[in-house]
Order: sequence, then structure tokens, then C-alpha cells
Amino acid sequence: MGLEAKLMSDGFITTTIDALVGWARESSVWPMPLGISCCGIEMMAVAGPKYDIARFGSEVMRFTPRQCDVLLVAGTVTYKMSHVVKKIYDQMPDPKWVIAMGVCTSTGGMYRSYSVVQGIDHFLPVDIYLAGCPPRPDNLLNALMLIQDKIKHTRARDFQNIPLLEPVKVNGN
Amino acid sequence: MERLTKDDVHPSIVKALLDQETNVTFEDALENEMILNMGPQHPATHGVLRVLLRLDGETVVAAVPDLGYLHRGYEKMAENMSYYEFIPHTDRLDYISPPANNTAFCLAVEKLYGIEAPVRAQYIRMIMTELSRITSHLVAVGALAMDVGALTVFLWCLREREKVLNAYDIICGARFTTSYTRIGGVAADMPDEAIGIIKEFIAQFEEKLDEAERMLNTNRIFVERLEGVGVISGEEAINIGLTGPNLRGSGIEHDLRRANPYMLYDQIDFKVPVYNEGDSLARYFVRADELRESCKIIIQCLDKMPKGEIMLNSPKKVLPRKTEIYTKMEELIHDFMIVNFGVKPPVGDIYSGVENPKGELGFYIVSKGEGHPWKMKIRSPSFCNLQSLGGLIKGHMISDVVAIIGSLDPVMGEADK
Amino acid sequence: MEIKDKIVPLLQEQFPETNFEVTDFRGDLKIKFDASQIYPVCNFLKNHDDLKFNMCEDVTAIDWATKKNRFTVVYHIYSLENKFRLRLACDVQENHPHIASVVPLWKSANWYERETYDMYGIKFENHPDLRRMYMPEEYEYYPLRKEYPLMGIPGDLTLPKK
Ligand code: SF4
Repeated sequence: MGLEAKLMSDGFITTTIDALVGWARESSVWPMPLGISCCGIEMMAVAGPKYDIARFGSEVMRFTPRQCDVLLVAGTVTYKMSHVVKKIYDQMPDPKWVIAMGVCTSTGGMYRSYSVVQGIDHFLPVDIYLAGCPPRPDNLLNALMLIQDKIKHTRARDFQNIPLLEPVKVNGN
Repeated sequence: MERLTKDDVHPSIVKALLDQETNVTFEDALENEMILNMGPQHPATHGVLRVLLRLDGETVVAAVPDLGYLHRGYEKMAENMSYYEFIPHTDRLDYISPPANNTAFCLAVEKLYGIEAPVRAQYIRMIMTELSRITSHLVAVGALAMDVGALTVFLWCLREREKVLNAYDIICGARFTTSYTRIGGVAADMPDEAIGIIKEFIAQFEEKLDEAERMLNTNRIFVERLEGVGVISGEEAINIGLTGPNLRGSGIEHDLRRANPYMLYDQIDFKVPVYNEGDSLARYFVRADELRESCKIIIQCLDKMPKGEIMLNSPKKVLPRKTEIYTKMEELIHDFMIVNFGVKPPVGDIYSGVENPKGELGFYIVSKGEGHPWKMKIRSPSFCNLQSLGGLIKGHMISDVVAIIGSLDPVMGEADK
Repeated sequence: MEIKDKIVPLLQEQFPETNFEVTDFRGDLKIKFDASQIYPVCNFLKNHDDLKFNMCEDVTAIDWATKKNRFTVVYHIYSLENKFRLRLACDVQENHPHIASVVPLWKSANWYERETYDMYGIKFENHPDLRRMYMPEEYEYYPLRKEYPLMGIPGDLTLPKK
């Protein structure tokens, strides 16, 4: 952000609380990796050396929902699992965002069967739908950047009740 | 707020846990038993496995695994789609080694159909299977190391795995859901570029593996957390249905590539690593040794692989070649028929089992002569391996549970189907 | 003598009353017989000195969607010594889907039988812990039966509230 340069010349900056909080939140999005199935492996690859999610300030994978900002649902959600996912979502502190990674999380994908929930938006508010089966790691990084953008524009006074913005669609594999 | 009834608090799984016989005894028991729920969302359960533990202090007295959180209904779906359509689904069974599953399924359908793929295709399949064995064992070893606290090796393993995925990317156009095989062959030929990448990978892999092994085998924390933990004798392992590296860690030399050779494994020279201790450490050693053996197999396959066809040329039975579909009427008709109604194997039922990275993956297909299977059963290795979990963790500390799950290396995608 | 040719004569000798229907398709040997004999036959196959089928690989069922002999329970057993796989099959009726459990012989059959029960509703007598394997406990249907639709019956599984 070039903060240091500014401080050198003037010694102070003016900004709004919203911008400051937005900036701080945006650059340390802590994901809650809910690696349910195959997409979870791609998510691991994002954390790995080649794609390195740490560049975006999101390498802090917390396995407890209490410390997370973004719920990353990576994998097929079945009816049996849906209650668990919901429970995890409910435990996350506000403000929180949800990425539905992969087609079968978003829509049921290739699983038109009795036990698979046809899209987690049946029981969760979703911010980003990520296409691909599985989405390539680059695509997940793209989703993360879009979420950051969204976080940046969330105002600080909406701390308690974030209004649900229009979901963003990410195209292509 | 809704009030919980008695039945909610004690569903039958908890009853099963409480009823379970246990032979764990204590010198001075704490006399306060506790039930701990582990999973389905737990970083060390490799997906969505849930284990209910009955504890006395920190010792596990009894344990009951609960599956089904990833039950996607594969067997029902298979009955409703043609054989070709099911190939992409096999990727997602054991999602750490998709090409091996593709191969296993196509071998089963080919056996039912009574056809065989051309030699070059068989070699390509073998190379892909062994590559996937490498990726699978890398993840298994890395995740096991991570579970017991050695994060570095996990990242190293992922780094090596990426290199294999690069080769997949060139061969099949996908990083890991490959859907590469077809009935009667493979989808595309292996380009020279990919062969170059594979050779390059293997040339440096040995060294990287040594490095990781040095790090792990001399690490006292790693060794002591695994040694003597989760011991299972050979006899017991057979009885409970373990297969693959887990069985070989208990001193039973059983490998379907040797016992009932399929494809061209009988022409390849490789060792089947066996360790007798039967503990978690032995299972890790088997995997590490198999990594080296797989490299050997790949090198031999690359040497022996002839030039030639990669797809069976028999348009009535399998999909004809694309170039011919565009130029010949007959082929166009066959293509239309196969795409719409599926290949039609004869009436009968077969079982075909292959040695997957996790163990024996079997397909039992019952055909009524239609384009889709009447019944298809997937005998998945992880499911059978997980069955031993309850017995293995009995009597161990709660921190050993993650090590034992890691050493069994289950993948819930195929355990839950 | 090949193991394949040995099994049927040995079985016939041991169980003269039972009718064994043998098929050999693509090299897979399949023996079909009456469901009441499943336990003794398995016991014999496991403990016979020449055969030693010491591994139970799989238990499943087939739903033929017919009035008579609706289900067939299928066992795959493997002999590590002879490196040979054998398939056993027994018909089970729809109105009384019961068959003896083989868990006392092979522990691995425990979960296979639970899975078969979960998917087809076939009850294995003397099974130590016959619960559902995959589906939730309170679930009423058997998904792999042919009358059950692929997409399930609306409302049979619940979602959490939004
Ligand atoms: S979207 Fe595809 S890769 Fe991802 S969990 Fe679903 S089936 Fe697996």
C-alpha cells in the first residue's frame, strides 16, 4: 500500500474507518478449509509450495470455525453432512463469507442422486460459486481475490449483520 | 428451543459404542468414562470420517467409526448410466489416484466384454497407474507426517506431487480428475513431451525421496509416535480384510499384480516390499519402498513401450476413432449407437480386482445385455481397511488415533462411495 | 489338479443333499446354492486344508426386481494360498429377506453385511451389530432396491433450516 512512503513525507494519513477496517480485513482472510472430498485435495495444492496461498494472507488455515472469516466448502455435501456444515457455519463469528468450491458444492454437479444436496445454497448463503470439477488452483486464488474485493467494500458498521450481496459467479475451469 | 429427547442423546451408534466389548484394563482406572466425538470435520481424519471414542482418562477403551458423510450413491448412479458415462465417476472414487481407478474400471468392463486393449495402451495404463501410486503414497506419507507433527515433509511431498500432476496435465488435459482410459484403450496417446517430464521427474525423485526419508527416519518424534502403535498381526489382518500396503505391513506378501497378474505386470521385474512388524511404522515403510518400486516399473514400461495403436480398432464394440467418424458412414452410425445406447456386453457377471495404491479395488458388474449395468458393486479398499480401525485404536492414547488413521490412509471418497 | 476343478467335487462330496449350480463365465467360477446352506458351506470352504478361503472380499446383493427369488446375495471369497477367487450366490425371497451371517468366519464380513442391509434391507441373522452403514439411522428406505428412484423420495432426508 506504500504506507511507509506516505509516512515519510507527511507523517499522517487521512482515511475513513471503513477503508481502514476493510483493508485490514481484506488482507488477512483466514479460511476454514472444509475439505470434504476431491476438491479438498486441490485446496491442499493451493496451500502447497507451487500456488502458495500465503501470498494472499490466507495461509492461516484454522480448523476451528471460531477463528475464521471464510468458509471454504470444498467437496460434495450430502444430506448427512449438510447438518455438520451448517453447524460449522453457525459457529463462525460475523462477518463471514462462504465460497462454494466446485460444481457439486454449487449445484450438485455430476451427482444427481438421492443422497447429494443439489447445491449448498439450499441451506447456506453463498458468496462465490466456483466452477470446475475440480476448479484449478488458480481459479481458487481468483475466488479469493474476488472475496477480498467484496470484503473491502463491506462497511465496518455492518459488523453485526452483513447484508447479503449479490453472489458473484466465476466462469470457466 | 427444542428439547432433546432421550433417543436423541442415545442414538444407536452410541449404544453400539457402549455395548462394545472391550479388553482394555487399567491398573487404577479413573472410573469416569467419557464419550468423545471425533469428526466428521477434523483435520486428521482425511476427509469426513467420524469416530466415536469411549475414553477412560486419555486411553481409548472402545471406538466405533461412523461412515456415510460422503455417501454419494455411486452404485445407484451406475445402474442409471452407460459404461462410458461412468468413467469420469471413477476419478472421484479414490480421488488421490484417479488414473488407477479409471484403469480398474475399464479392465472390468473389458473383461465383461471379452476384449483387450492394444499393447501400447496397456503400457500407458501401467505408467499412469504407477504414477498415480506415486502421488497417492506421497500424499499418504506426507499426511501421516503432518498428523504426527512434521509439516515440512508434507510440503515436500506436495511439491513432488505437483510435478506428476504437470505430466497428467499434458497427457490428459486435467490436473487430477483425468478420466483418461476408454473401454478398449486410452483417450489420447502419450506425447513425447510428457515422457520427457516423467523421465525428468524420476531422475530426480530418488534423491528427493532420500532427503525426505532421512528427515523422517532419523526423527525421534516421528519414529516413536509410530513404532508399536496400532499393531495388527498377519492373521488378524487377513481376517479383517486388509489389503494393499496395510496388509503387506503385517508380513503377508499379497499383491494382486503378482498373485493374479493383469495387464502386462508379469513381464515387469519388481519387488513387493513386506514388513513384519504390523505397526504404523511398518505401514509407512511399505509405502516408502513402494515409491521406489513404482519408479522402477515406470522406467521399464517406458523402455518396453512399443509404438502403435492406443485404441482397439473394432468400431462395433468400442468407440471408433474420431477421424473415421467424420469420413465414414459406418463408423458414424456405430458412434451414434454407442454414444446413445452404450456398449452392450453379453449377459453375465464378472468380478475384476486390481491392486490400487490403497489396496484391492474390485468391480463386480452384473450385465443383462443392456447398455448400462444391472448392478455394479464397488469393492473399495479404503472401506475394508477402515474396518480395522476400531480394533487398532483400542487401548491407545487419544493422540495415537490420528497416527493410526494416517497410517491406514483411508480416502473417504471410495470408503463412502 | 487345478484348484478350480477341485472345489465343486469336494463340495458335492461334503454336501450331497445340496444342489450346486456352477457357472464359469470369463474365468470367474460361481457357485449357486440354497440360502440355508450358506454358513456350513462357507465354514467348509474356509477350513478345508486344500482350499483355505481365508479372505472374504465382498458381500453384496442383486435386486432382480422379480416376484420370485427377488434378491441374490453374492459373496466373493479369496484364497491367499491358492491365489484363487470364488463367487458364491444364494437367492433370498422378498417377503423373508433373511440369511445367516458369516461374520463368525470372517470378521471382514461385518461391514459388508451392514452395507448390504443398508442398501437392500436384507437381514443377516446373528450379525453382531446390524445397523445402517451409510444412511442416517432414522432413514426408512433401502436405496439400491430397484423401486427406489435415483433422485430419492422428496422429503425423505432433511436439510438444516436456512
Ligand atoms: S466438484 Fe468435482 S472435484 Fe470437486 S468435490 Fe465435486 S466431484 Fe469432486
